[in-house]
Amino acid sequence: MKPIEYIRPDSADAALDAIRAENAKFIGGGTNLLDLMKLEVETPDALVDVHRLDMGGFSDTDGNGLRIGAEVTNTTLANNSRVRKDYRVLSEALLSGATVQLRNRATTGGNFLQRTRCYYFMDTTRPCNKREPGSGCAALNGPSRIHAILGTSAHCIATHPSDMAVAMAALDAKIHTRKADGASRTVAATELHRLPGDTPQIDTVLEDGELIEAVTLPAPLGGTHLYRKVRDRSSYAFALVSAAIVLRIADGKIETTRLALGGVAHKPWRAEKAEARLAGQAPTEENFQAAAEAELADARAEGSHAFKIELAKRTIVAALREAADRENAA
Amino acid sequence: MNDIIKGKWIGKPLDRVDGPLKVSGAATYAAEHDIDAAIGFIVEATIAKGTIASIETANAEAAKGVIAVLTYENAPKMAPWGDGADDRFEQSHGVLVDGTIRHYGQPVALVIAETLEQARHAASLVAVTYDEQAPALGVDRADSELAEGLDGGFEPTNRRGDFDRAWAESDLTVDLNYTTPHMIPAAMEPHSAIAEWDGERLTVRNSLQVIASGVACLANTFGIDEENIRVLSPYIGGGFGSKLGQHYDTILAAAGAKKLNRPVKVVQTRRNLFHAGPHRARIEQRIRLGATRDGTLKAVNFETWSTQAIGYFYTEGPMASAASAYRCDALHWTGKTRQANETLNDSMRAPGEALGGVTFEAAIDELAEKVGMDPLEFRLKNEPTEDPASGKPFATRDLVECMKRGADEFGWADRPKEPRSRREGRKLIGYGMASAIRGNMMQEGSCRIDLSAGGHLTVKMDMTDIGTGTYTILTQIAAEALGLHPDDITVDLADSDNPATAGSGGSFGAGTSGSALWNACIALREKLARAGGFNIDPDEIDFDEGTMQAGDRAVALADVLKDSDGFSAEGSIKPGEEHEDYVQNSYGAHFCEVAVDMDSCEIEVRRFVSVFSAGRILNRKTAHSQCLGGLVWGIGGAIREELWMDERTGGYVNRDLAEYHVAVNRDVPKCDIIFLENPDPKSNPIGTKGIGELALCGAGGAVVNAIYNATGKRVYDLPVTLDKLL
Ligand SMILES: Cc1cc2nc3c(=O)[nH]c(=O)nc-3n(C[C@H](O)[C@H](O)[C@H](O)COP(=O)(O)OP(=O)(O)OC[C@H]3O[C@@H](n4cnc5c(N)ncnc54)[C@H](O)[C@@H]3O)c2cc1C
Ligand code: SF4
Repeated sequence: MKPIEYIRPDSADAALDAIRAENAKFIGGGTNLLDLMKLEVETPDALVDVHRLDMGGFSDTDGNGLRIGAEVTNTTLANNSRVRKDYRVLSEALLSGATVQLRNRATTGGNFLQRTRCYYFMDTTRPCNKREPGSGCAALNGPSRIHAILGTSAHCIATHPSDMAVAMAALDAKIHTRKADGASRTVAATELHRLPGDTPQIDTVLEDGELIEAVTLPAPLGGTHLYRKVRDRSSYAFALVSAAIVLRIADGKIETTRLALGGVAHKPWRAEKAEARLAGQAPTEENFQAAAEAELADARAEGSHAFKIELAKRTIVAALREAADRENAA
Repeated sequence: MNDIIKGKWIGKPLDRVDGPLKVSGAATYAAEHDIDAAIGFIVEATIAKGTIASIETANAEAAKGVIAVLTYENAPKMAPWGDGADDRFEQSHGVLVDGTIRHYGQPVALVIAETLEQARHAASLVAVTYDEQAPALGVDRADSELAEGLDGGFEPTNRRGDFDRAWAESDLTVDLNYTTPHMIPAAMEPHSAIAEWDGERLTVRNSLQVIASGVACLANTFGIDEENIRVLSPYIGGGFGSKLGQHYDTILAAAGAKKLNRPVKVVQTRRNLFHAGPHRARIEQRIRLGATRDGTLKAVNFETWSTQAIGYFYTEGPMASAASAYRCDALHWTGKTRQANETLNDSMRAPGEALGGVTFEAAIDELAEKVGMDPLEFRLKNEPTEDPASGKPFATRDLVECMKRGADEFGWADRPKEPRSRREGRKLIGYGMASAIRGNMMQEGSCRIDLSAGGHLTVKMDMTDIGTGTYTILTQIAAEALGLHPDDITVDLADSDNPATAGSGGSFGAGTSGSALWNACIALREKLARAGGFNIDPDEIDFDEGTMQAGDRAVALADVLKDSDGFSAEGSIKPGEEHEDYVQNSYGAHFCEVAVDMDSCEIEVRRFVSVFSAGRILNRKTAHSQCLGGLVWGIGGAIREELWMDERTGGYVNRDLAEYHVAVNRDVPKCDIIFLENPDPKSNPIGTKGIGELALCGAGGAVVNAIYNATGKRVYDLPVTLDKLL
C-alpha cells in the first residue's frame, strides 16, 4: 500500500475542492477501496472521506418518494422502516449481501461504486483490460465462475457485484451527484453503470471526482417485492445470479413487473425484454418461461460460467412464480 | 483397564483453561509478541517453473522505511530445499537459495522495512524477469508412478485376495471415477513468525503444530546445531495440517533476522498463503466394487492419481477409507503420483479419509442401490471380523453400534427410500448416511512434571495446542491422576526447551501427550506415596482433593510437601506392540438430511446425527467442538470448497475467503453429536482414541448420498456445487 494523504472535509464544497487535487478518491466505508489499495489495484494519492459531509440521511420527497443520503450505511438503509414497508426488495437485497460487519461500514454511495470481484482484476500480476487498458483479459480463457453472460465484450466479461444496485435498478432509483466543478446532475440507477465495450476501465458514467450525494426512490409501487439471490453458499457469498422483482397482479393479469438481474453483467441488468413480454399477461409458468427465454436470448458464455445462462432463466422463473404466489395470496 | 480414572475431572466438560486469555486478547499468538521487529513482506514468483533472469531491487531499497531486500543474490546461506533429512518436516526448507522456481508464488524476495505498509509497498517495486519453462501441472495418469508411500503409513499398493476372480464372481459392479479438488486449510491465523538471533542462537516464535521436527528443519536449513535453536508456539490459531512443518514465514523471518542482526517478523497474507501455503492436492480416483446378488461385498479396487510438490514427498491416500471398512474377498489399491510444479501438497485435516469418506462411501451407496439393499443394511451385512486390508485383528470395533444407534436417533428406517420421492414446496428432500473410520495413531512423547512445595503442579512438554483444547485436557488428566484442583495446575507447552513430543497432528496429540503426562503422574504418585509412608501399590491409593487415602489411612499432600523441595517426575510413551499387532481405528456413523432447491439447485444441509466412538472422552465439551468442527469441514468439502488452479500459470485464482468458500454458519444445521464412550485399553494407558479428524471422515459422504437421494443425481466431480445439478 503506497503512502496516501487522508482528508476529512466537513462540507460537500470542501470535499469537491479536495477531490480536484491530483489523483484523489472519495472513501465511504472503505470496505472495497481499502482492500484494493492494499493490493495496489487502486493507487490514489489522497483519500477524501465523505463521512463528515452532511448528505441528508433520510427524508420524504415531494412525490411521496424517499431520499437517501449517500453516507447512509447498508445496515441503516436495510432496516429503515419506510424501506422495509415500501421498498422491501431493496431491504432484502441489502440483507443478502456481505456480512453484518461489512454492511455496518458500507455506504450507499460506496456500494454503487464498488468494483468487480473478477479474480484477475484483483491480481496485478495478471492481464486485465479494466485495470490496465490494452493488457488483455485473463478471464476469457481461465476459471470464470463469477463472470458475465449478458452485455459482455471481447475486452471484458466482468460483473458488477452489488446486490443493492440491482434492487435500485428495479425500483427506478435516481442518483444525485455533484461534479468536481460543483455542477449537480441526476442519473438513473439503470444508467449509472455501463457495459464494458472496448473501454472496460470505465465502470460508470460518472466523471472523475463526481460525488454521489443522494439517491431518491420514486413513489412506492405497491405489489409484491422479492429479491432472490442464488449463490455458492448460504451467506457471505456474492450472487451467481440474482433477481430483484416488484410484481403487481390485478384481475388475473400482470399489471406491473419490475425485474432486474444481478451477477450476470457489467451492470445491474434491468430485464426490459422480460418485462415487456409479461405486460398484461396472465401470471403462468409458460409466460414466466417465455419472459426468461426472451431476456436471455442474447446471453453468451464460453467459460466455466456458461451454466449461469440456464441458472438465470431458472432464477427468473422461480422468482416470478414465488412473487405471483405471494401476490395472489395477498 | 485403567481403574484410577474415576471421572472426577477426566470427561468433564471443563471450560477451556486458556479461554479467558483468548477472549480477552491476552493470549499471544505468533505475530503478537511484543518484540521490536522489522517487518518482512514476501515477493512471489509469477511463474511455476523456470529461473530468475534478473531481479531489480534498487527501487524497493530506495523506498521509504526499507531496511533491506533479500534475494537469492544476498540472502544468508541456507541449505538447498530438501537437504539434510528424508523426513519432509525435517528437511531443509531453504528459500532464496538460488534462482530456481519450483512453483507459482514461491518467494523470490523478502522486503524488510520498519512498517508493514512500507514493506508491502516496496515489495511491489521489486521487478523480476524469468526464463520460463513449461511447468508440469495437474494429474497425468500416463505420467504417474507409484508413490513412495501413502500418508498414514499405508503402502502404495495393497493386493489382498484375488481381485480379478472376486470381480468376475460379482453379480453387480460399479466402476466409478471421482475427482476431488485442490483445497486449502485456511486456518484463521495465517502462518506467522518472529525470529531473532543472538550470535549463533536462533529463537523463533511462530505458529507450528510440531515443535521438535520444526527445530530439526531450522537446523538443517541454516546449518546450525539443534541446541542453538529455540522454538515457541504457545498459541496457534488453527493448523489443520498446514502448520505441521516450518514454512516460508519462519524461514524468511530467520533469514531476514540473520541478515539484519535484528528481529524480523513475517506474516504471510491470506492471498500469499493461497499460493504458497500447504494445500490438498487434486486427486483422481477410480473405484471398482463388486457384490453378489445377496449383498455380499466381493471385490474392492481403489486407484488414485495425484501430484506432489517438487522435492516434497507426500501423497494422500483416500483408499484409507476402504482399508478397514467392509469385509470383502479382495481388496486392492494403487496410489500413483507425479512431481508437479505445484505448491506444497500436504496433509490437510484427516488426510486420506476426508476424501475417501466421500468417494468410497458414495461408491458403496451406489453399489448397495444396485444390489437393491438399504445402504445401512448393506454396510451391516459386510461388517468384517478382521481388518480387510491386512487381515490383522481389530483392537476394538464398534462401527455397527455407531450405525445402529445413529439410525435410531435419526429415524433412518422411516425415511422415503426412493430417490426424488420427497418434496416440500420447491425443495427436494433427501437422506444419506455413511460410516466414519479414521486410523487411531500413537506417537512418541515425553513429559516432565514438577510439584512445588506449595502444592502447585507444572506440566512441561513441547506439545502444542492448536485450538483443540490441549491445555485443558492435560490439566484434567493431571488433576484426575494426582487429585489436584485444576487451578493448582499450570500446563506449559510448545517450547522446544521442554521434553519432546510429536505435537499435534493426525489426531494423535491428546493420546500421545496425555499418556506421557499420565505416566509421569503415575511416577509422581509413587514418589508421593513413598514419602507419605505408604508401602502398598500406589494404584490402590486414592488421590483426591489433595489427600492420599487407602483404607483408613489418609495423608494430606500438603504435609508431605511442606518440608520438601517439591517432587518431580518424568513420563514417556511410545506406541506399543498393540499398535503393531492390532489395527486401531476410531469409528462413527453419520446420518443427514438435505434439501435441494428444484430451481436453483442450491443445497441446504438440514440435519445431522452423528455417533462417534473415540475411546475415552477427555472433555465432553472440547470433544463435541472437535466433532462439530469436523462436520463443518465435511459439509464444506462436499458442497463448497474448491480452489481453482489457473492452468495457464500454475497459480490459484480464488485466493481469498470471499471466493474460496468454506462452510459458513448458515451452511451448518443443528448437529446431534453422540459419543459411545468405550475406553480402549489397547490404544494407550488412558484409553483414548483420535478424535480431531474422525467427524470429518464420512460426513461429506453422508451429504453426497443425501443429495443423490433428494435429486436422483450422482455427482462424481467434487464439490457438488449447484451447477452440477442443473
Ligand atoms: C468479503 C466481502 C463480501 C461482500 N459481499 C457482498 C455481497 O454479497 N453483496 C454485495 O452487494 N456486496 C458485497 N460486498 C461489497 C460491499 O457491499 C461493498 O464493499 C460496499 O458496499 C462498498 O461500500 P463502501 O462505503 O465501503 O465503499 P468504499 O470502499 O469506501 O468505496 C467504494 C468506491 O466508491 C467510491 N465512493 C464511495 N463513496 C462515494 C461517494 N459518496 N461519491 C462518490 N464516490 C464514492 C470510492 O471512491 C470507491 O471507488 C462484499 C465485500 C466484501 C469485502
Ligand atoms: S473480465 Fe474484465 S476485469 Fe476481469 S480480467 Fe477481464 S478485463 Fe479484467
